Amino acid sequence: MTITDTLETAPVALEISGVHKWYGAHRVLDGIDLTIRPGEVTVILGPSGSGKSTLLRVINHLEKPEIGHVSVNGEPIGVKRQGDRRGMGVPPAEGRGRLKELSERAILAQRSRIGFVFQNFNLFPHLTVLDNVAAAPVATGKLGKPQAQALAKELLERVGLGERVGAYPRQLSGGQQQRVAIARALALRPGVILFDEPTSALDPELVGEVLAVIKDLATSGTTLVIVTHEIGFAREIADRVVFIDGGRIVEQGPPSEVLDKPQHERTRDFLSKVL
Amino acid sequence: MSEPPGATIAASEAPPAADEPSKPFAAQRVLPLRRPGRWIATAVVLVLAVQFVHGLVTNPFYQWDRFGYWFLRPTILDGLVITLQVTAYSAVLGLLGGIVLALARLSKSPVLRAVSWTYVWALRSIPLIVVLLFLYNFSALYKTLSVGVPFGPAFFSFDESKLATDMVVAVIGLSLNEAAYAAEVVRGGILSVDQGQHEAAAALGLPKGYQFRKIVFPQALRSITPNYVNQLIGLIKSTSLVFYVSLLDLFGSAQSMGSTYPGDIVPLLLVVTVWYLILTSIVSVVQFYVERYYARGATRTLPPTPLQKLRTGLTDLRARIRREAAV
Repeated sequence: MTITDTLETAPVALEISGVHKWYGAHRVLDGIDLTIRPGEVTVILGPSGSGKSTLLRVINHLEKPEIGHVSVNGEPIGVKRQGDRRGMGVPPAEGRGRLKELSERAILAQRSRIGFVFQNFNLFPHLTVLDNVAAAPVATGKLGKPQAQALAKELLERVGLGERVGAYPRQLSGGQQQRVAIARALALRPGVILFDEPTSALDPELVGEVLAVIKDLATSGTTLVIVTHEIGFAREIADRVVFIDGGRIVEQGPPSEVLDKPQHERTRDFLSKVL
Repeated sequence: MSEPPGATIAASEAPPAADEPSKPFAAQRVLPLRRPGRWIATAVVLVLAVQFVHGLVTNPFYQWDRFGYWFLRPTILDGLVITLQVTAYSAVLGLLGGIVLALARLSKSPVLRAVSWTYVWALRSIPLIVVLLFLYNFSALYKTLSVGVPFGPAFFSFDESKLATDMVVAVIGLSLNEAAYAAEVVRGGILSVDQGQHEAAAALGLPKGYQFRKIVFPQALRSITPNYVNQLIGLIKSTSLVFYVSLLDLFGSAQSMGSTYPGDIVPLLLVVTVWYLILTSIVSVVQFYVERYYARGATRTLPPTPLQKLRTGLTDLRARIRREAAV
């Protein structure tokens, strides 16, 4: 499937086509194809080293795929058709124009439309919680400072941290920090939010508060792609579960099929270990 | 350390315990361990310190009256102003140069990396005095400097003998040298920032310049500050070398006065010493507050200021006295 096809078969929130990625001689992703509809909640499962995190990082172009393309809301990520001046993904004419690498500035602009939540939160420790959330809308010129701060307050209240706006990240618990990180991702009003093992660095009793926030997003119709090891959570919120091993999609489908009636030996093997 | 003062007061309100073994075990006080070795060492050091100060005050060799005469003399103060000017200009230019060199060293372009590495290697290898004397004789090597197309026509030309005053030569020499050291300090600071911070900034789509100015550099400053202040203190003392490019700084003024009044060399050296001590002390105080400022967010509670330390110290002492008195 090519990028032009993608544009004609909207609505598609996220399209991954034929993505290969190597680290040196080691092949991490080996031909991933995945199409995600708007509002869909996708959970990616797989053993460690299977390429789950790399796949997420390819989606927002933190990693560049060697072969294949990603497009979000019909817009190819990191590339444009030559002749398409504005980088908006509108091809000049069918079959014409070569793909060209986007400028760093344009890639940054694309990333601001894709939320990313890290395993280790990666909040900015020298900024208050409020400034962590308000920084990106101001820096990318989307909002003025007062509007950004108002939005940040609103989002922090939504994740249950309205009282802690003046705190610094290291004064918060891990669960609170991850909720701030989610608010920070939401501040740019992204079309898609990617979660890279959002609860793996948390104490067990703090996992629930973070999952509750993600569940709230899932039911509000945001497109989410979540890498997690929380099988129960996946069953509860996922529209689709994708099992990855060795850089390939082994099987995918609704949780009732992949989690309860896995077709492949490797999926069964993995689930028997984590459940 | 960071215990709130209230905790100590609360402890002092506990019922006083006596030493009698008849008391229940839980209520018996523990006698602190006696440390005679520590007391002896303290006494010896105190005696030596007093002896040293006594010698400093009473030895006529130091001529403290002449020290008083020279300490605030206009020649000395003029020299002090020159020292401060040269230090300030070179510290700022050196840091700016260091940031540029560090960014070049961390760049993806192998040419920029190589040029930055070579610069740091060369300027750290050449003694500062050699750099200064080179620059001093520079106007003899290149009579005019011009701005224009490389190897092509010039737009502006400068007569170097007019441009290169002693002050300019001194500041350029010290800045060139300072930039080489600052480059490594800044590079170390940038490398000390967690990779996750770069990734988070990139994932949010923050513009490149903003990432550096607002996210990476402020965090790098936490480790840059103590190292650069160290550098700065070295710089203050290095300014004494500008005497050799005929700029009369603090040391230079004292030196020239010393050759006019050979009997006053020792008090003049003392004057210089005390002024350098004062300058270093001021820098150290500023360092403390700058470090405290950049510690925001890095530590849960900020390190106490000396005033806060004094206050908690007094509270602790009062509580201890009350506790001892109660026994």
